[in-house]
Amino acid sequence: MSDTTAVVDIRDVRKTYIMGKTKVHALQGIGVNVCAGEMVAIMGASGSGKSTLMNIIGGLDYPTSGSYFLDGIEANKLGKNELADIRNAKIGFVFQGFNLLARTSALENVELPLLYDRTGRIKNHKKAALESLNLVGLGDRVDHHPNELSGGQQQRVAIARALVTNPSLVLADEPTGNLDSRTTVEVMQLFQELNDRGITILLVTHEDDVARYAKRVIELRDGRVIKDVVQTPDSAAEDLKKLLASNADEDIENNASTAETA
Amino acid sequence: MRSTRLVKVAGKSIIKNKMRTLLTMLGIIIGVGAVIVMVAVGEGAQSQIEEQIQNLGTNMLVITPGSSSAGGVSQGASSFNRLKAEDAEKIKNESAFVAGVSPVIFTRTQIVGGNGNWRSTIHGVSTDYPVIRDWDLTSGRFFDASEQRLGKKVMVLGATIAENLFPDEDPVGQRVLVRNVPVVIIGVLEKKGQTPDGNDQDDVALAPFLTVQRRLSNFTFVRQILANTYSPDDIDEAQVELRAIMREAHGLASWESDDFEVKNQDQLSEAAQGTTEVMTMLLAAIASISLLVGGIGIMNIMLVSVTERTREIGIRMAIGARGSDVLTQFLIESIVMSILGGAIGVAIGFGGARLLATFTGWNTVVSPDTIFVAIAFSAAVGIFFGFYPARKAAALNPIDALRFE
Repeated sequence: MSDTTAVVDIRDVRKTYIMGKTKVHALQGIGVNVCAGEMVAIMGASGSGKSTLMNIIGGLDYPTSGSYFLDGIEANKLGKNELADIRNAKIGFVFQGFNLLARTSALENVELPLLYDRTGRIKNHKKAALESLNLVGLGDRVDHHPNELSGGQQQRVAIARALVTNPSLVLADEPTGNLDSRTTVEVMQLFQELNDRGITILLVTHEDDVARYAKRVIELRDGRVIKDVVQTPDSAAEDLKKLLASNADEDIENNASTAETA
Repeated sequence: MRSTRLVKVAGKSIIKNKMRTLLTMLGIIIGVGAVIVMVAVGEGAQSQIEEQIQNLGTNMLVITPGSSSAGGVSQGASSFNRLKAEDAEKIKNESAFVAGVSPVIFTRTQIVGGNGNWRSTIHGVSTDYPVIRDWDLTSGRFFDASEQRLGKKVMVLGATIAENLFPDEDPVGQRVLVRNVPVVIIGVLEKKGQTPDGNDQDDVALAPFLTVQRRLSNFTFVRQILANTYSPDDIDEAQVELRAIMREAHGLASWESDDFEVKNQDQLSEAAQGTTEVMTMLLAAIASISLLVGGIGIMNIMLVSVTERTREIGIRMAIGARGSDVLTQFLIESIVMSILGGAIGVAIGFGGARLLATFTGWNTVVSPDTIFVAIAFSAAVGIFFGFYPARKAAALNPIDALRFE
């Protein structure tokens, strides 16, 4: 694990909020390294500091002290505008609440990050957005608006939006928090597929059900890392198959009961 | 490239929120519409005045009594009247440029006859008067030189008097009483309409100067002397010449100032235009207030819009929008809305001015200048009142904005 391949390199990061007269130490010296191709879950109860850490990794906030290198760039030394450009170029966000623009088609939603691309590295926005939507399996829902899509589909659009700029890191904050268990597995399967293609994924979650699909789990408590283990992930594809099979059984039972009542 | 895309984004946002957009634009629409209509009325009045003054005759000169001053205190215009009928005679005899001259006196009195009585103004004029004023008769004739010389009791009626005293018959040949003096009506003037300041030019009767001076009143001095030149090109020379003749007639020494004024139509129209210009400005100022209120309306809605779209702003920032991108987007939105509102306002103002013209009979003129200024002004309103909300949006912290419910 050398520094050159580290996508995320956090060194002794601290974050202190001042709320009136009390100081809240949200992060108390965190050191984390995430390399290209990893799929990491950051876990912790609410108040553990995982949201603060995610904001810093995502380039939405600055650490109080310590340094953070994103893809070799020291993000904590960048100005607000440079940080915005870095977010655009290097990070793909996936949020719990999907955060798609209402009254805007899936395609336009996915194109959105390209609007703010100042490097001009992607010439054909529509083509890139279509490819990204195909990648998440929504090539046939291009013109649908968010209110015409299911929760799982909306999250897929959000993932497509995160991927469209070809980021170094996909940062997902409770990506399955608003989804039912079956859709959760579907979305996790998508994340695993993307990871298999070499995309680095960082999941922030408090659910073990999500964390078990990651290759590595980092657990926070009170602003410190208390666990950092590499694990063999469960296969979401396998789980989905089992889930579908059991559902099929249920369906048969349901059909039988409806037949009786009829 | 990027800015055209931002314009597109702003355009989409405007289209997607039709109701909100319409309500926002309403203030600007009404404001610009009001400005256009008001200025159209003002400019219409102005052009009408110009036209009417031209109608009076471009080759007409008016001599009025001058101002006097006693011990350095000016008594104002017409405070010292030394104009006499003899002055008019002298001009007629001596001027090289003047075609016709008429002294004018008037007396306001009751005219009794026909089916009742009518209070009006009787002008004592010379036989040149209808030529100078370019005023034809619809029936009968004007008095002639001998009637003038002898001070015959004859009169020509304006259309308004004729209609009121003799609604069903021809007044020519009828008798009326003026201050108990019987007067024969020999003609009726054609309709001239109103003056710019609302005076009915047809509410008048014309009689020989001597008749009015000797039999119907007892004025020594003349209220004004009208003269016309042979050609409009002579007007400047004629003005100089008349002044010299008048000074001689009044026996003024070289150190004495004029006790009369000689004015041509341009000078008269300038004075009248000054008044209507002030009126136009006043109307525009009042209408501008509604434009200002419209601008505040835009700011109001934009502020609400920023709050309502906090989450959207958060998303845009998280995926890489700079503060300046968000600022530009909101600024473009407000500018596009106000220009669009301005354009609709121009259309409505245009229609409103037309409508007003057909219903009230007022003359209204919408000049391209007004349209240009109105659109430019509404764009300025968009920038000015859009900036604060846009800056507020740009200053949002993406973390808080994303968490906003």
